[in-house]
Amino acid sequence: MTDHSEPEKVKKLATYIEGFDQVGDGGLPQGRCTLVTGTAGSAKTVFAIHFLAAGIMQNNETGVFVTFEETPADIRQNMASMGWDIAAWEREGKWMFVDAAPDPSEEIIEAGSYDLGALLARIESAVSRIKAKRLALDSLGGIFYRFTNEMVLRRELLRIARALKDMALTTVLTAERDSEIGEISRYGVEEFVADNVIILRNSREEENRRRTLEILKFRGAMHHKGEFPFTVIPKRGVVVIPLSAIELKQKSSDIRVASGNAEMDKMCGGGFFRDSLVLISGATGCGKTLLSTEFIAGGARNGEKCLLFAFEESREQLFRNATGWGVDFRAFEDAGLLKVVCEYPESAGLEDHLLRMQSLMTEYKPQRMAVDSVSALERVSGAKGFREFIIGLTSFTKAREITGLFTSTTPNLMGGESVTEAHFSTITDSIILLRYVEMFGEMRRGLAVLKMRGSMHEKDIREFSIDYQGMHIGNPFRNVAGILTGHPTQLVNSEAERMGSLFKEGL
Amino acid sequence: MSDYLLKLYITGKSPRTDRAIANMRQICERELDNQYNLIIIDVLEQPELAEQAKIIATPTLIKELPPPLRRVIGDLSDKEKVLLGLDIVASTP
Repeated sequence: MTDHSEPEKVKKLATYIEGFDQVGDGGLPQGRCTLVTGTAGSAKTVFAIHFLAAGIMQNNETGVFVTFEETPADIRQNMASMGWDIAAWEREGKWMFVDAAPDPSEEIIEAGSYDLGALLARIESAVSRIKAKRLALDSLGGIFYRFTNEMVLRRELLRIARALKDMALTTVLTAERDSEIGEISRYGVEEFVADNVIILRNSREEENRRRTLEILKFRGAMHHKGEFPFTVIPKRGVVVIPLSAIELKQKSSDIRVASGNAEMDKMCGGGFFRDSLVLISGATGCGKTLLSTEFIAGGARNGEKCLLFAFEESREQLFRNATGWGVDFRAFEDAGLLKVVCEYPESAGLEDHLLRMQSLMTEYKPQRMAVDSVSALERVSGAKGFREFIIGLTSFTKAREITGLFTSTTPNLMGGESVTEAHFSTITDSIILLRYVEMFGEMRRGLAVLKMRGSMHEKDIREFSIDYQGMHIGNPFRNVAGILTGHPTQLVNSEAERMGSLFKEGL
Repeated sequence: MSDYLLKLYITGKSPRTDRAIANMRQICERELDNQYNLIIIDVLEQPELAEQAKIIATPTLIKELPPPLRRVIGDLSDKEKVLLGLDIVASTP
C-alpha cells in the first residue's frame, strides 16, 4: 500500500471501455504507449476515441486527441451517435484536438532534412494546457503517406514515443494492417514504438462479420490471451465480451421451480432447479414452443417475472398460439409478469443480440427466461461465434439465478442432433428431447428427459398429446425401440417382454 | 511584382534550424530583392501558431502571399525545390 513498493511493476489504467478492463487485467499499462492495429473498418478510431471519452465520462480524466486522418469536425459529428459531445468537452477543457489531418488542396514539397519537432511541440502544449492523462494518436498511416522519408518518420516516432513516456501519458496509437494475418502493422514501427500491442480484427466467418480484440502483448504486465469478441453500438461505443475471463463460479441452487407442466415436474424429480439451464430439442412442430409457453405460464402463475425471446415467430403468432393452449400472455403482460421480445435473427450480429439480451435481463430482472429458438441464431454466425454466444448467455443467466429454457430445432424430423446441441449439451443442466414416433403408419409424439444434472429423473420415453389445454404427457412407449436415434421399430410383444426381463434389475 | 509574405516555422535552436534560416535568408536576398516579409516562428515558444497553421514537420516554410498558399518542409538546402515551391523562377542558373 505504500508508494515505495515494487517500483518496476507496471500499473494499469482503467480504460472504462466496457469489458476491456477485464480482458486487460485492469486496463492499459499506465504511462505507456499501446499500439492498436487493425485492417480498414476494424474500429481502431472508435477504440481510440472511446478511450478518451470513457476517461472523461467515468473518471474526469482529460485527454488529447491527435488526428492524422479525419478532421476534428468529422470526428465530432461521427461520434454524436455514440452520445459523446466532444465539442462540449472541448469547451470544458477536458478534450483537446491536435489537428494534423491533411489538407487535400495542399501540396507539400520536401526541400532538405526535417523532423517532427512541431508535432511534438503541439502535443506537449496541448497536454500541459489541459493537464491530460490520456492521449490518442489516430492513425500512423495518415502521417506515413504524407512524408516520403520513412527512416526519418521512424526515428521521429521513436523520439515522440519517448517524450510521451516522460510525460507519464497513457497513450493509444493506432495503425493499419494490410490483412488479418501476418505483419502487425504496415509500417513495421511496432517493435520500437510500442511496448504493448492490441489487434482488432474484423474477419469474415462464413457469411458473417465477426469483430474480435486480442492483446498480443503487454510488456511486463498480465493480460488475458486469445481473441475476444467485441461490438460497436450506439450510445455505448466499444463493448468487449470477456468470455474466457468469465469465471466458473456459479453456485448451484437446489431449489426447485415448476416447469409449468405437472407431469413434467414429476419426470424431472420435482421440477427444474432454479438456476438451471434446460435445453428442449426436437424437430419442427413437435411441441418446443408449447413447452416454452408452459414454462413461461408456470412462472407467471407463481408471480415470477418472465422474459421470452422469440426468434422464429412474431408477437401475434406467439400470443395466438398461447391462447390456443389455454395461456393468456396478454394478461401476464398487463400484470407486469411477462416481457416478450420478438426479433429476426438477421436483424443484428450475434454479439449485438447477446448484449441486447443481457441488458434487457439487467433492466427487467426476470426470474425465468426462455429463448425460442436458440438454433435460429446459428444462422447469423459461424460455429465459434455461436459457441461464444452460448457461453456468454448462459454464464450471464446463471450468475443471476435466472432459470433458462432454450429450444433447439433438429434438422431431421425423426431424430439426430443439431449443431446447437453439440455446443450446448455440456453447458445445460437438463436436456429434454421431443421426438416424432411413427407407429402403424401414424405420427405420434414422444418425450424423454435425457439429462437432469444433480437429480433423479424418469428414464421412460413418454407419449404426449397436445390440445387446447396444452401438453398432456401420457404413458411410456413400451413396444417401440430406436426412437431417440430416429429409427423407431415396433417390437412384437414377446420380444418386448424378453428384453424387459433381460434388463429387469438394471437400468 | 507583389510582396512575398513568408513564415518559417522552426523548433528551438538546432543545427537544422540554423541551416534553414541561413538558406532562407540567402534565397530571399538573391531572388526576392527586398520584396519580402520573412517571419520566423519558434513553435516551442508559440505552439498555438503551429496549431493554427497545422504544422507537423519543422522546419516548414509557408508562403502566405502571394496566393496560392505553399508549404515547403526541410532545411531548404535543396534550393531548386524551394524556388519551385515558391513559384519563383531562379535568376541565376
